[in-house]
Amino acid sequence: MTRRRIHLAAHFPGVNNTTVWTDPAAGSQIDFSSFEHFARTAERGFFDYLFLAEGLRLREHRGQLHDLDVAGRPNTLAILTALAAVTEHIGLVGTLNTTFNEPYELARQLGTLDLLSGGRAGWNAVTSSDAFHGANFRRGGYLDHADRYVRASEFAELSKALWSSWRDDAIVADAETGAFLRDDAIARVRHETRLFDVDAVFDVPRSPQGRPVIVQAGDSPDGRDFATAHADVIFSLHTAFDDAQQFYRDVKGRLAAHGRDEDSLKILPAATFVLGDTEAEAREHSREIALAQVRPQTAITYLEQIWNRDLSGYDADGPLPDVEPDTGVETAQGFAGRHAAIRARVGQLRAQATAENLSIRELVIRLTANHTFVGTPEHVASEIDRYVQERATDGFTVVGHVTPHGLDEFTEKVVPLLQERGSYRRSYDEGATLHDLLGLPPVVAGAPDTPGPHDTATAAAR
Amino acid sequence: MSDRIHLAVALDGAGWHPAAWRERTARPAELTSPAYWRALARTADDAGLLLATIEDALSLGGRSFEQDAETRRDLVRGRLDAVLVASFLAPVTRRIGLVPTATTTHPEPFHLATGLQTLDHVSRGRGGVRLVAGSTAQERANFGRRADGPTGLPASGRVEDDPALLAAFREAGEVADVIRRLADSWEDDAIVRDLASGKFLDRDRVHNVDFEGEFFSITGASIVPRSPQGQPLVTALAHQSVPYRFAAEHADLVFVTPADAAAVHGIRSELAEAADAARTLDEPLRVFADLLVLVEETPAAAAAVWNRLQERAPLTTDARVVVGTADDVVDEIRALADAGVDGVRLRPARLPADLEAIADRVIPRAASAGILLPDDGAPTLRERVGLPRLASRYARQEVGA
Ligand SMILES: Cc1cc2nc3c(=O)[nH]c(=O)nc-3n(C[C@H](O)[C@H](O)[C@H](O)COP(=O)(O)O)c2cc1C
Repeated sequence: MTRRRIHLAAHFPGVNNTTVWTDPAAGSQIDFSSFEHFARTAERGFFDYLFLAEGLRLREHRGQLHDLDVAGRPNTLAILTALAAVTEHIGLVGTLNTTFNEPYELARQLGTLDLLSGGRAGWNAVTSSDAFHGANFRRGGYLDHADRYVRASEFAELSKALWSSWRDDAIVADAETGAFLRDDAIARVRHETRLFDVDAVFDVPRSPQGRPVIVQAGDSPDGRDFATAHADVIFSLHTAFDDAQQFYRDVKGRLAAHGRDEDSLKILPAATFVLGDTEAEAREHSREIALAQVRPQTAITYLEQIWNRDLSGYDADGPLPDVEPDTGVETAQGFAGRHAAIRARVGQLRAQATAENLSIRELVIRLTANHTFVGTPEHVASEIDRYVQERATDGFTVVGHVTPHGLDEFTEKVVPLLQERGSYRRSYDEGATLHDLLGLPPVVAGAPDTPGPHDTATAAAR
Repeated sequence: MSDRIHLAVALDGAGWHPAAWRERTARPAELTSPAYWRALARTADDAGLLLATIEDALSLGGRSFEQDAETRRDLVRGRLDAVLVASFLAPVTRRIGLVPTATTTHPEPFHLATGLQTLDHVSRGRGGVRLVAGSTAQERANFGRRADGPTGLPASGRVEDDPALLAAFREAGEVADVIRRLADSWEDDAIVRDLASGKFLDRDRVHNVDFEGEFFSITGASIVPRSPQGQPLVTALAHQSVPYRFAAEHADLVFVTPADAAAVHGIRSELAEAADAARTLDEPLRVFADLLVLVEETPAAAAAVWNRLQERAPLTTDARVVVGTADDVVDEIRALADAGVDGVRLRPARLPADLEAIADRVIPRAASAGILLPDDGAPTLRERVGLPRLASRYARQEVGA
């Protein structure tokens, strides 16, 4: 029986408390040399792609900039394009919002990245939109929650139509006759709906992989529908084995309705890891990292975002606050919507803390610094392999905790063991494009690859 | 003896002549490939040019107002986003400034600003931008969120006679303003990494820009920490009064198109007048003259190529054209230097052929003739053109308070 192939993505740590900037080995999160080191390490480890998150406004806490964690990051497209120049094989995937971009512009930017990287571009299409982020954009915070995925779906359809509007052989460049393009080289793309009124002629030629890989990272039913209709990869948060298997079955089961087979959508949950020479050493190390990730002030600040109150009078090593959360105006901003759900769980958190006798800090460690894989390299490799062989995932999006060296140890110690098991590549031999690396079906040339409003106005009626 | 000046180059497709792609030296099938752009940039970088501009537009037909711009099949078609091309070229070049073109009507100013800051980070202080005002009908249809805009130059040829063009320049001014404000929003030393207090950031040194304009508003600070130059080098191309005023008010450097060296004086005085009225920047505006060049070993060879190109697709251009030998080009550069420009931007008629001629023949001759400013080793593009690294405006405000 052949073993299922493991796919790995490398997440450059962002602006949350995963990143331990206090570590003496921590470097700059913004200098190009950090990104270059990270990308080269990931490429040495034969990762499928490098992954960047996005936040379009600096996070605020109680009306002031959040100052405890790493803040500041580069523009996603510009840094990935620079990385295209110093890498050869690895995919380059950026998180880019569908609410605060326009399809023509984003499609041409992603098309540019795809051409300059030789077919290695990917797009994590996120929808998060609120007035706080919107205040940095022409659009403002105009979009209703209900319309976010409507816009995201139409955005993806329109983008796919633009990427497939050029024939592969559009450019003939015949110096004798003077024909640069063949006559039917480019299809006009029309998309007229409640949200868009686009009548476009695309200006970026087709890339070697036809179009960038599309990644999705939302968890709601709408998010799952969007993923099964449009995405090639899901970046999920389901890492507990049974939960991961259930999510995997649910999502893969929805694909048939879209005429897609199971291999056409990969599921790569976020995973953190801590290694040691022995299990005990790894656990001790994990504990140290968790304490660095959740300093007392971090723990209090975290709860303040849920409680929406000043909790500075509470002791992080003491019990949970005895006051009720303030359900008035939200003040913790820029945290991409995760906290609304958590706020609803205040009761649950109290119950958990009481049952397990947890302090504030210990509770926050459970919630945010619970490392996915802790153990010897052998243990971590066998766990990763088990998840993939038993169809809980197709691989993982690995997040280190130190910038930019957080991937070095994984690449040196875990990757060779995955290779020995025969479930991980020893070279980038699948092909030159990210589609090839992920084992995705090729994109059909010169035609829209999903049914969409390509060159027609019929989609308006939906 | 002339003042010494800088040389820059303008990169675009197969070159500035519309028939250039049909020459034997052209590489028309590779114009959007990484290898092509890497080779062009390295040639320009190794030649010691101050900066390279990269053209862009947001529609297939470029910025042409002509009806058939989208349907013509005999001209180079297809291009890449210039800010991203510049980012791609940053790690593979060493000294050259990278100045992509950006349209100010459609893109989100916040994205544009963070893209330029990132270009400055990845190039270690060599990033700039050339801002272009206005939009064509096809650009508007491509984006689909704005119906109104300019339909072409008015019959008079003057921007001030068309309200839509005037509005486009006001909008471009707002974009230039927020690019600088966002670049200033993090002071140089905002990242403190203070173990004792547990603070990564000194929040008092990061500032919301709170910009409210006629065309858009932006509340927050940039997401990108301050870059090596502080602010990217802001440039514009200008041919007449309204664009001159825009450049005088907002740019660090302006590209102009004098018909000959004698015309430089008039342009400089109009720019100086506009600067007196509107400039808020402390430094004087740098003025570079554009020259479109086709270089061969002999005047006869150059004329033959030129005639062949013109027969195939006649060039109409805003810039002075020099068809001849490297010495002819050097003579023109010397005349412009004598007339008082700070630099000359060469637009190669053919790429890569005329860029190679500039690198191999024009620059060495101009250098030995004593016309060129040598590379003084200044670390950033701004400093190379003689502009100091600015402190953040917000830091200055605090000192005064
Ligand atoms: C694993 C994961 C990562 C995400 N990363 C980002 C991000 O980097 N930037 C962002 O704006 N939103 C991010 N999101 C937010 C999602 O795009 C989405 O807007 C949010 O989860 C709400 O959608 P949902 O209701 O479908 O879950 C992420 C979500 C998940 C689950």
